[in-house]
Amino acid sequence: MKISTLANKTASEKRKQIAYGIVLLLAGFLIYLFFGRNVEAGVTTTFGLNIAGSQALKVPDLIVPAQTTVYMMMALVVFVGAFQLARGVRSTGLLLGILAFTFVFAFLTWAAQAKSFNLAGMLSSMLVRATPIALAALCGVISERSAVINIGTEGIMLISAQVAVVVGTLTKNLYAGLLAAILIGGVVAALHAVLVIRFKVDQIVSGVAINIFGAGITAFISSRFLQSGTNALNNSGSFPIISIPILSKIPILGPMLFENNIVVYLMALTVIAMHIVLFYTPWGLRTRAVGEHPKAADTLGVNIYLIRYVNVIVGGLIAGLGGAYFTIGSVGRFDEAMTAGKGFIGLAAMIFGKWNPFGAFSSSLLFGFADSLQVKLQILRIPIPSEFLLMAPYIITMIVLTGIIGRAIPPAADGQPYEK
Amino acid sequence: MSATVPPIKPTEAKKTSSALGQALLVPILAVVTGLIIGAIVIVVSGASVAKAYGALFVGSFGNPLDFFAALKTLFASGDSAALIKAIYPFTESLVTATPYIFAGLSVAVGFRCGLFNIGAEGQFFVGALCSAFVGYSLQGLPMLIHLPLALLGGALGGGIWGMIPGYLKARFGAHEVVNTIMMNWIAFKLSDWLLNGPMKASGFRPVTPNIQASAELPRFFSDPLRFNLGFFLALLFAYLVYWFLFKTTLGFEIRSVGANPDAAKYAGMNIIKNFVLVMAISGGLAGLAGSAQVLGVDHWVGQGFSAGYGFDAIALALLGKSHPLGVVLAALLFGFLRSGATNMQSMAGIPIDIISIIQGLVIVFIAAPDIIRWLYRIRSLKAEETVLTRGWGK
Repeated sequence: MKISTLANKTASEKRKQIAYGIVLLLAGFLIYLFFGRNVEAGVTTTFGLNIAGSQALKVPDLIVPAQTTVYMMMALVVFVGAFQLARGVRSTGLLLGILAFTFVFAFLTWAAQAKSFNLAGMLSSMLVRATPIALAALCGVISERSAVINIGTEGIMLISAQVAVVVGTLTKNLYAGLLAAILIGGVVAALHAVLVIRFKVDQIVSGVAINIFGAGITAFISSRFLQSGTNALNNSGSFPIISIPILSKIPILGPMLFENNIVVYLMALTVIAMHIVLFYTPWGLRTRAVGEHPKAADTLGVNIYLIRYVNVIVGGLIAGLGGAYFTIGSVGRFDEAMTAGKGFIGLAAMIFGKWNPFGAFSSSLLFGFADSLQVKLQILRIPIPSEFLLMAPYIITMIVLTGIIGRAIPPAADGQPYEK
Repeated sequence: MSATVPPIKPTEAKKTSSALGQALLVPILAVVTGLIIGAIVIVVSGASVAKAYGALFVGSFGNPLDFFAALKTLFASGDSAALIKAIYPFTESLVTATPYIFAGLSVAVGFRCGLFNIGAEGQFFVGALCSAFVGYSLQGLPMLIHLPLALLGGALGGGIWGMIPGYLKARFGAHEVVNTIMMNWIAFKLSDWLLNGPMKASGFRPVTPNIQASAELPRFFSDPLRFNLGFFLALLFAYLVYWFLFKTTLGFEIRSVGANPDAAKYAGMNIIKNFVLVMAISGGLAGLAGSAQVLGVDHWVGQGFSAGYGFDAIALALLGKSHPLGVVLAALLFGFLRSGATNMQSMAGIPIDIISIIQGLVIVFIAAPDIIRWLYRIRSLKAEETVLTRGWGK
């Protein structure tokens, strides 16, 4: 960690340093105001570290004295804030990490005082809930790295979700449903690719059209064929949990990482594969060149259109996998508009993740965390209307997009059609 | 053309007229193609196209035979009940078109400045909630004060809802497409809370109380007919938007920023101001769409009140080429389609969502006129393309 003094900084850096310091101090004050004053002395908060029915080895739950913990969190964030004001910490990520950790932990300690809160359960559902967001984000990453914006992810996922459940139910084979979902995702994305590459349609408009069309066709099919009482087409069941031997026995991490269904594992593999393809293969190099400076790439003999077509279609395959999550990956049936904006949140995760696979994945985890947190908090019956907790992911998305938390720069040619 | 217009060179005149023909031809063919593909979807889903589109027509215009029979009864006996029944579908279509005009104008104004407002749905909802609140909470006011106040409330609510993404775009370059969608979801959650809590009427259902009679947009006919002043208000606003965009300095600035932000900036125009202003106007118009619906038709607001209006509005603005007159025509078309589709659903069992499918297709065809030209072998004309959106913003 590099420490710098105020003296050798520009005015804007100084402003930023002071602003972050003040935000941290303010967080400390808010922790005191909302949580510190409202926890009773002598009450403990129990954080459950085991999940019922999991193979993981049992560990004792974490029981902390509520008041002391909240004040410790406050002290930590105030100390870091003061340090930031005096000396400055180079890493904004570290600052925000500390800010988020202290605030969330103090919040949870307050919310669950004299009660029990299943921390392991929340972390485990964080990854599951992040899965469709991450897949949507990865779809965005691969196509935008080749300079094609695809905001039709939401529509693609809806169509895939429906195809997955119908094919899964008809064939009584979930893997057939998964394959069909992935393929239809590719087909719809290919349509987008033809529209924006061949016909040079405005990429955002084409994406919106796909979203409208996707919402329309799935609602049409759903209300005409799927809502009958017999469930003959809309009852596929969902993928079983696959426990990885030995690894799933690790407490907390085991159930979170190694007791999931196939969609979650495939998502993780996609993240790794995309990172390798983008940064360690000729194809990835060409893709990035096409995204940054297509003219130069063209001059060097790279087939721009081919790269774009393939990347957009691969993105569609990934989004198709994301669509499968909603039905055969979780509830086993299709409902209208069940993607609930996850495709768009995925776009925000992509931007927040700076168009990198691992970045996109990490920011998806953040959204997954917010999502699972609000579900758990509803169970605790804290005095905040659940609607406001449900707003959190959307508000976080908007804050992320402002770029206050690290400026994200898209590929230079992003969104521009290429003409030879 | 009037005599005061300076003479145009023949070639130019020819060019304009054929460009106008082109401008109309593509949208019309787009709609026709959309309807044809919709027919294919209906056939594939195992229903009769003739029955479906027949029900669609009767549902949107009414049955002409009924109309003439009713006219006869009116002249014979002076009984207007049958006539009212016969014109009901037609007036309902105009009622349906009313919020579409406002919402389409909302997105069109955004397009003119290069901003893509997908948030009309949320702004619509917030506008409707604000109007409803003004409508039921203030009591004992004369209509001349109460109704404008309720409309203003809707415009303000929607305007603020649109202004936030506009500001974020102008100040931070955060893309309005994602932000307006986020604002939609926030509006839905907020309305869930409001309708179950502070704004809930007594009773079990999560709806607002009925608005006061003094806040209602006056209706022109007796009860089953809901045709009201809102329709003419929408036309008035279409004219106002036209006047604003094409006859004022501010409108010129907005269009300049939309056409080329860099050039506009060098010409000394304030991009930030224009973005915020346009999103506020756009949101305000969407809010008014909600106001017109709640004050003129429903008189209360419930959950899912704004469903689908946002995306419809996009289709309208694209179909109307972002021109107020085009938007009005497109809104009438959609009003008749939607209104008729309700009948199609009950008479022919075709889910109303078929209209969304057709809309998605129409958007694609409008946005990619090359497809239509290729399908119908129309020679390409180098028409001026309006810039709709720009990447993720820089």
